[in-house]
Amino acid sequence: MSFEVMMRQLSGGMFTTIQIFVLTLLFSLPLGLLIAFGRMSKHAMLRGAAKIYISIMRGTPLMLQLLVVYFGPYYIFGIGITSSYRAYAVIIAFAVNYAAYFAEIYRGGIESMPAGQYEAAKVLGYTKVQTFFRIIFPQVIKRILPSVTNEVITLVKDTSLAFSIAYVEMFTTAKAIAASQKSMVPLMAAGIFYYVFNFVVAALMEVWEKKLSYYR
Amino acid sequence: MKLLEMHHVKKSFDGNAVLKQISLSVEEGEVVSIIGPSGSGKSTLLRCATLLETMDDGDLYYLGEAAAKSEAGRAVYAPSESIKKIERQFGLVFQNFNLFPHYSVLKNIMDAPLHVQKRDKAEVKEEAMRLLHKMGLSDRANAYPCQLSGGQQQRVSIARALAMKPKILFFDEPTSALDPELTGEILKVITDLAKENMTMVIVTHEMYFAKDVSDRMIFMDQGVIVEETTPDALFASENERTRAFLGKYHLGGD
Ligand SMILES: Nc1ncnc2c1ncn2[C@@H]1O[C@H](COP(=O)(O)OP(=O)(O)OP(=O)(O)O)[C@@H](O)[C@H]1O
Ligand SMILES: [Mg+2]
Repeated sequence: MSFEVMMRQLSGGMFTTIQIFVLTLLFSLPLGLLIAFGRMSKHAMLRGAAKIYISIMRGTPLMLQLLVVYFGPYYIFGIGITSSYRAYAVIIAFAVNYAAYFAEIYRGGIESMPAGQYEAAKVLGYTKVQTFFRIIFPQVIKRILPSVTNEVITLVKDTSLAFSIAYVEMFTTAKAIAASQKSMVPLMAAGIFYYVFNFVVAALMEVWEKKLSYYR
Repeated sequence: MKLLEMHHVKKSFDGNAVLKQISLSVEEGEVVSIIGPSGSGKSTLLRCATLLETMDDGDLYYLGEAAAKSEAGRAVYAPSESIKKIERQFGLVFQNFNLFPHYSVLKNIMDAPLHVQKRDKAEVKEEAMRLLHKMGLSDRANAYPCQLSGGQQQRVSIARALAMKPKILFFDEPTSALDPELTGEILKVITDLAKENMTMVIVTHEMYFAKDVSDRMIFMDQGVIVEETTPDALFASENERTRAFLGKYHLGGD
């Protein structure tokens, strides 16, 4: 196999990895906020449910969660698994798992906001929704950005766990080529890819943090 | 007509009675100062008046309209539509400003008039610039709160409150978080507002200022109003508790 063919195959996996990454963030960031609201709710039931959810998602391996989401429909409900479900299973498992981590990050950020901000907004007549989205949330984003960066970098590397249900992303591709060609090159190429990917992600997050440093 | 009326307000925190049957009314154009030792319930009274705290019992009226009425020993609040209307009548200036740090000075002032009152942008901007000019901050419109001194931040927060065109403005120790050399600028702003007949209720530890600016002064202690009279009469008071308190400020009657 020529180097060129190898790279072409790897770039297919690369695309899939980036896809998992983007879709996971797209779903887990809003879902995490909803769970954070549940976790901070006045209703004990909702609060308890969110707490248990977060505890399970953080307390069990992501790989296990992937297997449950992928095989669960068949083992539990006897629903046949189509091959196209594999992609959905990956995104669902990653999104619900990361949402739990993001929920706790949001909660920490929201709870760290001084009561005075809510009070100033209330006296000025802002509704609860306006208060949250105009006053509180923008400041929460600034506060949580460093923790979010950590999670996002972990996510880049975690995408490789999709191999556990044989979803062909970067890592799976590299491993297969390495085995068939008896070569280290694809694995090294994969390593470089993850490194560069993370480097870019970290740099972008740093730019964002800088952009928000105009206030304290 | 009375702008603000509070009758028999009671408030406890965990069984600890902080306000015991307090009544307070304020006429249009009046300036009322509230003084008293730490923990006497001054902030709690303002917070009840501005609906940041719910009263256990008592009546609260703005311009004759009830925000809450005492019924069978409990304060019953009006439905939220009435409350929304009543909330437009007052503004509150906090001790520690509570500006929105992520907004520029101008946006701090304009945001609520635009998004809460849904007023016209050009009109709001003009009003905001006029207020900034009045506060001597015309050149800081695009600064962020963290770039301002405490005194400047407090002036912005007063402008922010005034931009909502409240009928009455409450101040809770507006100079307590400031260095002594910065309190003067805030006291001057409030004095100017008093000259324009702005209705104000001011909690303060600045006795000379309170004496100068107020039409009426209230001395609170341990959740009750001990005395309520003109500044001159208060400073000449024979009441033991009043004298003891004012004595600490070296302003006693003798
Ligand atoms: N949210 C609260 N929960 C419990 N206790 C409170 C609360 N708010 C106020 N208190 C108590 O109520 C009493 C009166 O407090 P308040 O803040 O009204 O006093 P103050 O007259 O404003 O004092 P200061 O001059 O120190 O500002 C204090 O004993 C205080 O500890
Ligand atoms: Mg106080």
